Amino acid sequence: MDDQLMTERLVDAQDIKITARGVQVYYGEKHALKDVDVDILTNTVTAFIGPSGCGKSTFLRCLNRMNDTVAIARVEGDIRIDGEDIYDSRVDPVQLRAKVGMVFQKPNPFPKSIYDNVAYGPKIHGLARTKADLDGIVEESLRKAALWNEVKDRLKESGTGLSGGQQQRLCIARAIATGPEVLLMDEPCSALDPIATAQVEELIDELREKFSVVIVTHSMQQAARVSQKTAFFHLGNLVEYGNTSKIFTNPDDPRTESYITGRIG
Amino acid sequence: MTVTVLILLLLALGAVGFFLGRARAMAASQGDMRRLHSLPNFYGWHGAIMAFLPALFFLTLWSIAQPLLIERQLAGFFPAEQFENETDRILLMADVRRVAQGIDSAVVAGALTPDQAIALNIADDDVRARLAEVGVALGSAVTAEVLQAAQSYRELASTGGLFRSIFTILIALGCLAYAIKITQADFRARNRVEAVALGMLMLASTIAILTTVGIILSMLSETIRFSTMYPFADFLFGLTWAPTFQGNSQLGLLPLLWGTFYISFVAMVVAVPTGIFTAIYLAEYASPRVRSVVKPLIEVIAGIPTVVFGLFALVTVGPFLREWIAEPTGLGTSGSSVMTAGIVIGILQVPFISSLTDDIMNAVPQSLRDGSYGLGATKSETVRQVILPAALPGIVGAILLAASRAIGETMIVTMGAGASAKLDLNPFEAMTTITVKIVSQLTGDLEFNSPETLVAFALGITLFVITLGLNVFALWVVRRYREQYE
Ligand SMILES: Nc1ncnc2c1ncn2[C@@H]1O[C@H](COP(=O)(O)OP(=O)(O)O)[C@@H](O)[C@H]1O
Ligand SMILES: [Mg+2]
Repeated sequence: MDDQLMTERLVDAQDIKITARGVQVYYGEKHALKDVDVDILTNTVTAFIGPSGCGKSTFLRCLNRMNDTVAIARVEGDIRIDGEDIYDSRVDPVQLRAKVGMVFQKPNPFPKSIYDNVAYGPKIHGLARTKADLDGIVEESLRKAALWNEVKDRLKESGTGLSGGQQQRLCIARAIATGPEVLLMDEPCSALDPIATAQVEELIDELREKFSVVIVTHSMQQAARVSQKTAFFHLGNLVEYGNTSKIFTNPDDPRTESYITGRIG
Repeated sequence: MTVTVLILLLLALGAVGFFLGRARAMAASQGDMRRLHSLPNFYGWHGAIMAFLPALFFLTLWSIAQPLLIERQLAGFFPAEQFENETDRILLMADVRRVAQGIDSAVVAGALTPDQAIALNIADDDVRARLAEVGVALGSAVTAEVLQAAQSYRELASTGGLFRSIFTILIALGCLAYAIKITQADFRARNRVEAVALGMLMLASTIAILTTVGIILSMLSETIRFSTMYPFADFLFGLTWAPTFQGNSQLGLLPLLWGTFYISFVAMVVAVPTGIFTAIYLAEYASPRVRSVVKPLIEVIAGIPTVVFGLFALVTVGPFLREWIAEPTGLGTSGSSVMTAGIVIGILQVPFISSLTDDIMNAVPQSLRDGSYGLGATKSETVRQVILPAALPGIVGAILLAASRAIGETMIVTMGAGASAKLDLNPFEAMTTITVKIVSQLTGDLEFNSPETLVAFALGITLFVITLGLNVFALWVVRRYREQYE
């Protein structure tokens, strides 16, 4: 009990990275996300849980303005990263996405070599001045993604030839390579086998040292294992948000409790 | 009985077979369908197929064999030397057949009684005039041998026809009876019927292949004949194309090959960027509304007959290029030119390339786009660095297909580039292509026995080899660059 209090106080002491206030999302007529308020902390893993279709991915995609690529989506409300409104007209969504990296549900490496997959972001954003620079970024990103040892001898081979778990770590390396401050992960393990899942989860825990990580997950065990903060969504509402240990042991809202105990979902 | 009547009769027998087979199965099941191996209709189809197919097969074989056999019989009427030459023999037989059919139709029309028809002879009757009365025109007066042969032909054909009808019907009835006999409750009619269906599917798929093989073989044999009359090396490497009809033609392939490639090259320079840019716009940038209007509009181009494009080349593009570019720069004075034909063929290929490329780009999974946008790439970076490379194999395939279509284009070249075979670098000169020369060597009243006409087949084979090579190359490129994504 003391331990838990300790970590909670540690978490609470951390800085706020992202603040979201009154976020509404509409897909055409459909009101998919209703009035969501959340603070996401630095160096913390925040998990979004909730039944399918409740708006977890939708909210995640608000944080790097990926919803801009969906023609019918409309986002309202206020989302700030480090106090700066990301929906301000002066913000270039393309620049924003370099700062807020994203990893998707299904591993989606580009049909390019492993090296080019990782070098893609740095090249686009001009992060490397020389080839040696770029080599360094690629190696460092692959190391952070715990993939370097497995692929260092086959960097020229196609990224699509890797196993599912390796592909997903390649996608994480690719996201890390642009030097993001926040890493968004949308069910990153749902297409992976248990061993690959364990590897990715371990990796997420390490990534927390450098980034704020937001992870959408279907698995409550996973949320409990990797996250310090948990947000529970239901039917487009953010029902409850708090420390993971609290959400899983002593939720305030009856809906949260029903979901945790498997009565809704 | 004519073949049509016979086939109708077989169809009727097939219908009878259907009902008999079905009824027999129902009887065998004592009214309980569950006791049957297959659904009752399968027994019906089995009966129908047995009544129809074997007899039809026999009928086909007989119809192919009968004329050959009769021709062999008729050889006796003519002196051997007339039969030596393949062409003469074919012409002679055609005469015999025409006279025989003429007499037949005269009998049908009532101009001759059957007895009169048999009694016809050269001395008493002007056979040619009598046949002309019933609408059968003959090229020359009928000789005694031909008339005799025609009479014999009629006789043989009518006996043959009689036997054909009898055997066909017997076979149909026999097979039908057998089918009914083996129809028991546990007879696996469904499997039989499905085997026949499978056979028909396989037959359909072989038709295209066999046709291709047939085309190649016939072109090859004519090409070999050509090479006996004209040195093949001179054909392949000759620098001059100058056919004359007194012999001594120079039939060098290279000027035509050059024209073909030059015009196709210009066409691809026009078509590839335009087509691909169109596809990129449609697939990645256009809103669904714009897309739903623009895409069909572009595809309309593909539906315009090429001769209309030829007119466009002739009256619009050609004069325009001549007046605004060729004459001011002193490059040429002719409206027909490589440029004219190349540009117009290129325009024709745009919808082909853009439509295929658009489909291919749409098939690139959305997840790759998301991945790229998620890394902060712009739309154009995503298109250039992710979508185009992923779609590359398909696009290369589309381009090569368009290229082989451009190489095979005839009408636009005839009207836009002229017909003079030249080895020239100036794109504002009139030139011509292999296809145009194939057509022009074969038009006119020619016999297929001079190198000037047979060269058309050699040109055809060349064209075939080029497009085949192009397609093989396309496959190779596609394989080489194929990159797997789910
Ligand atoms: N591109 C879209 N167009 C229309 N509706 C969408 C789109 N994406 C999501 N939605 C709708 O928004 C709601 C929330 O979806 P999502 O955020 O994907 O849920 P989840 O919590 O499962 O990730 C769902 O009802 C879904 O049907
Ligand atoms: Mg989702």
